[in-house]
Amino acid sequence: MSNLTLTQAINAGLRRALEDDPKVVLLGEDIGTLGGVFRVTDGLMKDFGSHRVIDTPLAESAIIGTAVGLAYRGFRPVCEIQFDGFIYPGFDQIVSQVAKLHARTQGMVRMPMTIRVPFGGGIGSPEHHSESPEAYFVHTSGLRVISPSNPQDAYTMLRQAIASDDPVLYFEPKRRYHVKGEVDLEGDLTAAPAMGSARIVEAGTDVTLVSYGPLVKTAVDAARAAAGEGISIEVIDLRSLSPVDYATVQESVQRTGRLVITHEAARTLGIGAELAASITERCFNYLESAPVRVTGFDIPYPPSKLEKHHLPDLDRILDGVDRALGRPNSHTGLEY
Amino acid sequence: MTHSRHEPKGPAAMKMHQLITADGDRVADELLDGFVSDLDDQSLRNLYEDMVVIRRIDFESTALQRQGQLALWPPLVGQEASQVGSARALEKEDFIFPTYRENGVVYCRGAEMSKAVGVWRGTSNTGWDPHEYNMATPQIIIGAQTLHATGYAMGLALEGKESLAIAYLGDGATSQGDVHEAMVFAASFQAPVIFFCQNNHWAISEPVGLQSHVPLAGRAPGYGIPSLQVDGNDVLAVLAATRWAAHRARTGGGPSFIEAVTYRMGPHTTADDPTRYRGVTELEEWGAKDPLARMRTFLINAGKLDDEAEAAISAKADEQAAALRLACINLPDPEAMSLFENVYVHEHSELELQREQYRAYLASFEPATASATQGVNANAQRSVS
Ligand SMILES: Cc1ncc(C[n+]2csc(CCOP(=O)(O)OP(=O)(O)O)c2C)c(N)n1
Repeated sequence: MSNLTLTQAINAGLRRALEDDPKVVLLGEDIGTLGGVFRVTDGLMKDFGSHRVIDTPLAESAIIGTAVGLAYRGFRPVCEIQFDGFIYPGFDQIVSQVAKLHARTQGMVRMPMTIRVPFGGGIGSPEHHSESPEAYFVHTSGLRVISPSNPQDAYTMLRQAIASDDPVLYFEPKRRYHVKGEVDLEGDLTAAPAMGSARIVEAGTDVTLVSYGPLVKTAVDAARAAAGEGISIEVIDLRSLSPVDYATVQESVQRTGRLVITHEAARTLGIGAELAASITERCFNYLESAPVRVTGFDIPYPPSKLEKHHLPDLDRILDGVDRALGRPNSHTGLEY
Repeated sequence: MTHSRHEPKGPAAMKMHQLITADGDRVADELLDGFVSDLDDQSLRNLYEDMVVIRRIDFESTALQRQGQLALWPPLVGQEASQVGSARALEKEDFIFPTYRENGVVYCRGAEMSKAVGVWRGTSNTGWDPHEYNMATPQIIIGAQTLHATGYAMGLALEGKESLAIAYLGDGATSQGDVHEAMVFAASFQAPVIFFCQNNHWAISEPVGLQSHVPLAGRAPGYGIPSLQVDGNDVLAVLAATRWAAHRARTGGGPSFIEAVTYRMGPHTTADDPTRYRGVTELEEWGAKDPLARMRTFLINAGKLDDEAEAAISAKADEQAAALRLACINLPDPEAMSLFENVYVHEHSELELQREQYRAYLASFEPATASATQGVNANAQRSVS
């Protein structure tokens, strides 16, 4: 076991993938000499050479588009998009090409590609540096979308993503980059929880609280605060956003009868919307109240001095829990 | 995968236009001389003054960042001549599409620097009113603004106006698809647009040689766009080159591309660590080409700058820096409910609902702690026990 930060765990995962498979190549802006703006790729170019760790010209469409060509040639490209807000210039290649090639070629072409994206807010950055674009990709068939919330998952899920023959978007919760945790670097991938599986982080009986990536920690904090008031919250870390492990969420909601979903992304058509709808379909007879979403607002990401209002925090999550419990909750007088 | 680490190699080395050498000597340039023959002593001194003030403001802003007053700052030290020379070639009606690094252009445009720093303090996403200054707000998405400038220029042409649009971009930006598409459209529609590329040699940690194997100005002719490579540390030459391009735009000549060859003396932003990727000799080499020092030598040798004038310039720089500091520190945090403003011109009911929900939520806190400008976290009523 090693005690690593989330960035170090990803670095270790990349290193391991580069060692294990000569067909793994890394592509991205500033990932070489600088080691990435977050130092996630620190030291990798030095150790594996600039033909495996490729500093690319400044063009996201080209990073993804050339990775498509590399994948055709049998490589397993791992692309780094520097910040969430810069994935959009590469969007067309991801949704029109990467996602569809396997289907378009009737299974003859595979896109074993991983696209790493540092995402989310809470670090006081300027515009375009705090976005949560995951729903766009969840909406596109052919892509897998995952987001780890701790160093161990960061390591294991990255290795699973690179090993996957399907393209994977790997969303890194950048505000948790410096969180430390024990990581088993030698663990057998086949014994690890599957890439698409959710995890119960805290067991509870009154409410199921679902989150992923950056907000898992906040959700756990909320559960501990609620415990002090006698409310027992079960916290689920989704880990995979596409596909969603409905079996785990469903089993939990059938026990608790209540569902709260929290994420940073805007509410409308976010992961929370899909979860609320799908769980309602599956568990209608078990639900004691309507599922509640605690999310970012439907606004462009605000300047950093306001982000604390936009991002769900412990209080807003507990307010959502109150609503799910049908309590007088935040005294807003509003029924929803 | 190999690439040249520094200067673009390959064919077509270009003539670099210059009017003042690194030693401060005035040299002739057949194309450019005519574009600056009208400048009197005061105008020349003004160019120098702009550069001194801009550098002073930049140092002040970096200090403000170090003191925690700004979250981030993108320094432009070394690029003063490129920014002043280009900005001073423009008319008020010309519309500017800058990147995040054009703080010198902002100053020349007369927009309040205090507003510009708000973007870096995190109090707003907008520096100034684009329509008031004919200058778009800072662009962070690399290259996007080149398309906007081209479109704006197409609009000017459709209306039969004599004005132009100018897009600022970096050397790294020239790799983006948007920039190529902008040049295609600019040429197709003969749009009165100037692509003003500051080749400061680095895109964060990536040398210009990674972005291009030919001089950047050498690419534009391939799109049918005439181009010039100019010494970007020579304010007079940059002014002349931009006037050349502006003249082409105003007289129906269509788009132009200028590569101002300059150098980013500092880090990419205050969050960057350039010691990881660049050597000291490079910095020394460029230090000797400093844009302020050479203009100063030129002015002094020509008898156009005495101690008194220099003292006045220096005082003005201090004054501007002090005003900026004060304004920055006094910038108020935005009011919480402003989150919901201006998302739409015609707001819809769903957003209205979210606004009302959040207003009620904030109001549910104790009056003493419910001040909207205070953090929700800060007044958490229920915290981890
Ligand atoms: C589309 C996009 N990709 C990546 C970034 C991250 N980024 C910000 S500045 C920068 C380097 C830009 O270099 P250059 O265009 O040469 O301009 P300079 O900063 O040197 O003035 C990068 C990669 C971004 N802002 N936008």
